[in-house]
Amino acid sequence: MPIEMPVPDQTVLGRRDEIVAALRSIVPGEGVISSATEMKPYESDALNAYRQPPMVVVLPDTTEQVAKVLRYCYDNGIKVVPRGSGTSLSGGSLPLADAVLLGMSKFKRIREIDFDNRVVVTEPGVTNLAISQAVAHGGFYYAPDPSSQIACSIGGNIAENSGGVHCLKYGMTTNNVLGCEIVLITGEVLRIGGKAPECSGYDLMGVITGSEGLLGVVTEITVRILQKPETARAVLAGFPSVEAAGECVARIIATGIIPAGMEMMDRPATAAAEAFVNAGYPLDVEALLIVELDGPKVEVDELILRVDAIARECGQTTCRISNSEDERLLFWAGRKAAFPAVGRISPDYICMDGTIPRGRLPEALTRIRALSEKYGLRCANVFHAGDGNLHPLILFDANEPGEMERAEAFGADILRACVELGGVLTGEHGVGIEKRDLMPDMFSDIDIAQQQRVKCAFDAGGLLNPGKVFPVLHRCAELGRVHVHRGQLAFPDIPRF
Amino acid sequence: MDILKVRDANDVEQAVRAALADEQPLEIVGHGTKRAVGHTVASNAVLDLAPLNAIVSYEPGELIVTVEAGAPLADVAALLESKNQEFAFEPMDTAALLGTAPGRGTIGGMIAAGFAGPRRVKAGGARDHLLGALAVSGFGDTFKAGGKVVKNVTGYDLCKLLAGSWGTLAVMVEATLKVLPKAEDEITLALGGLDDEVAGRAMTTALGSPFDVSGAAHVPKAALGGELAALGHGDAVTLLRLEGITASVAHRAGTLEALLASFGRATRLDADTSRAAWAWLRDVRAFAADGPHGARVVWRIVCPPAAGGALGALLAHEHEALVVYDWGGGLIWAALPERSDTAEQAAELRAQVEAAHGHAMLVRASEAARAAIEVFHPQAEGVAALSRRIKTSFDPKHILNRGRMAREGAS
Repeated sequence: MPIEMPVPDQTVLGRRDEIVAALRSIVPGEGVISSATEMKPYESDALNAYRQPPMVVVLPDTTEQVAKVLRYCYDNGIKVVPRGSGTSLSGGSLPLADAVLLGMSKFKRIREIDFDNRVVVTEPGVTNLAISQAVAHGGFYYAPDPSSQIACSIGGNIAENSGGVHCLKYGMTTNNVLGCEIVLITGEVLRIGGKAPECSGYDLMGVITGSEGLLGVVTEITVRILQKPETARAVLAGFPSVEAAGECVARIIATGIIPAGMEMMDRPATAAAEAFVNAGYPLDVEALLIVELDGPKVEVDELILRVDAIARECGQTTCRISNSEDERLLFWAGRKAAFPAVGRISPDYICMDGTIPRGRLPEALTRIRALSEKYGLRCANVFHAGDGNLHPLILFDANEPGEMERAEAFGADILRACVELGGVLTGEHGVGIEKRDLMPDMFSDIDIAQQQRVKCAFDAGGLLNPGKVFPVLHRCAELGRVHVHRGQLAFPDIPRF
Repeated sequence: MDILKVRDANDVEQAVRAALADEQPLEIVGHGTKRAVGHTVASNAVLDLAPLNAIVSYEPGELIVTVEAGAPLADVAALLESKNQEFAFEPMDTAALLGTAPGRGTIGGMIAAGFAGPRRVKAGGARDHLLGALAVSGFGDTFKAGGKVVKNVTGYDLCKLLAGSWGTLAVMVEATLKVLPKAEDEITLALGGLDDEVAGRAMTTALGSPFDVSGAAHVPKAALGGELAALGHGDAVTLLRLEGITASVAHRAGTLEALLASFGRATRLDADTSRAAWAWLRDVRAFAADGPHGARVVWRIVCPPAAGGALGALLAHEHEALVVYDWGGGLIWAALPERSDTAEQAAELRAQVEAAHGHAMLVRASEAARAAIEVFHPQAEGVAALSRRIKTSFDPKHILNRGRMAREGAS
């Protein structure tokens, strides 16, 4: 494993039987899993090149049990790795050999649907899609729609601040969550926010969202729900160059249109998707754009014509406009199946997730092509064009010695390029272990120290999900030390009045 | 009092380091328009960020703008307007309410206060639009939070903590914000004569409809004034805003009117009238410092929207409060007669607000009244303790805006 994880604590491992017994006294019956075979499914998440059996798996089903488990681990200096549905693409829930894997899959109940306040109060193990399904009878849905939405849990969405194809218009998880019940590593249970549109004091919900399981374990969540738009239609436009497609995206936004979704695929991704689902994608274009508009029919019908006109000005070579829901879904079918489609043309692939300023797309793709040649590996690109979130899919064969390492090095270079182009390491998949060692490419030691100090405010012992997000977790006492910079002060020069 | 006018980001870092060395707290100020909000800061030195007023970059195509913290909001808004864009959360201008000079206020102050306007129901608040920041912590270190793109989950989202922190965590020197296109057109539907609870239900119906309502407010008769006085023909007025392309706005206005028929016949306000009405609401001019209710103390109450109508009616009844509802009932501005027993009045009001699962902040009151109570809503002990640990994690010596949000020594 090229990524180094914290060294297992032999003292803790030596106490395994005692720890398992203690956990069984908190969570009775099948809630504690300790046999190697039964723990097998928990060895990895969706970043499945990395596997590690946990010390023990515990599946509590009440907040009280979560609190007691965490308190026990806190008192005994035992690490804890929280897990939702295990769909993390960045290894966020990869177990540690000496850690308790805390699975939240039994928190499966939607606690309250409140149409008047337009919120749902739910347990964290409920899937993203199940929330939308539960409120569909009232015409509502939950807007963030990560592509794993059938499987991924809302608790995992909070941990990762998940996005989806519609986040340009409707925001990410953080823009759609109002409150939570969270258990700290000490076992303390806190309620943050609620049904009110904003909370008082510091925006704790804001920093908990996207904290990748390092700050606490969420046991209840209040999310905003929205009324479903009356209708949605999509334009499928092919372009002879990535530049032309990029120009089209820029002009759509410049005219003031914020589409519900705006997706781009390059030639290899289009070909793979078309071969897989026969969506009718043109195969002779360098870039394929799907632009979806939603809202009242009268609005969508007008905007779709405006988008079509812009695409024509930008030199589109093929264009289809969906005239039925079936046709719209067909346009999406290829894009939504892009990952498995690429999976068919290559024994293995890894999916990267950087964000760049939208206008730098042609440059980014040029650099990716050069890297592809350098590493001798193919790469297909899908792109949330509206918000600059790039998903290069690097194709490789894990059975070929050295290919996986090469693919990872290729991926790391792509992410470094994203940062150099003014972007960031991850747009929606999270840092986890995958991008952990790249954090210094985006953040200085000082930036990282400030993030870690916030970690210290929640979990001073560093017991929650260690080895994720930060290359090195510094001790809180060290981070909290104030260095007085006496003697080098420019302060006396500052004008005083 | 020392006023330190910084020239650049480096000066800010040096000033904080010196303050740290001397254990001398700093009050962080932009234009100072909101200095009368919160507790009086315990400090002999003011760090004046107004000279840090550059617009660093504006990329309309990327939907982002990067500015120095002292950049005047009015200048930035005008720049965005030139490209037909705006801050979608409609930042409030507190000048009328607080009686400060009009048109002043910086981007740093806008973020630090985080007072969003009517479109919060649709577009979120300041916290949803702050993408990245450069700031100096109470450790005297300049750190970067977030990024300069609209979609980013790299590391902790420290920007969320900075927004609404009233300068108590770090001194922002530069901020990157998301901007959005302005709507082409707008229509507001006005319903007249509804009592608060019925108006609450009308707003709930409208916001629960698929018609993408971007503003839902109610002004009871007693609080009417200015631009709104004429609209209700002397009676309470409930406003529902629709924005978008002309054809869509007209269509939705028709369908929404039909949906709300049981609440009475709505009149349509054209775009200009609508804009004026919502600016009046956004800035809470009902309780303008130079208006008939200028002597009242003003609370900002946030609660679950559907609970708003009943809560506001209760406050009106129990405290002789004048109230204005925004965010479909989720935001209540309540103006109360000033009483000598501020602490008792606050405790009663807060108990009622908490019963409705809301929280209340005292936004306008005399210094003496603000000194007598917690201006910001007191939090449950565990949350308060965590917030204190967060404060310490940014500002271990409490150098920055000491005591602004929580009275030192109190809870």
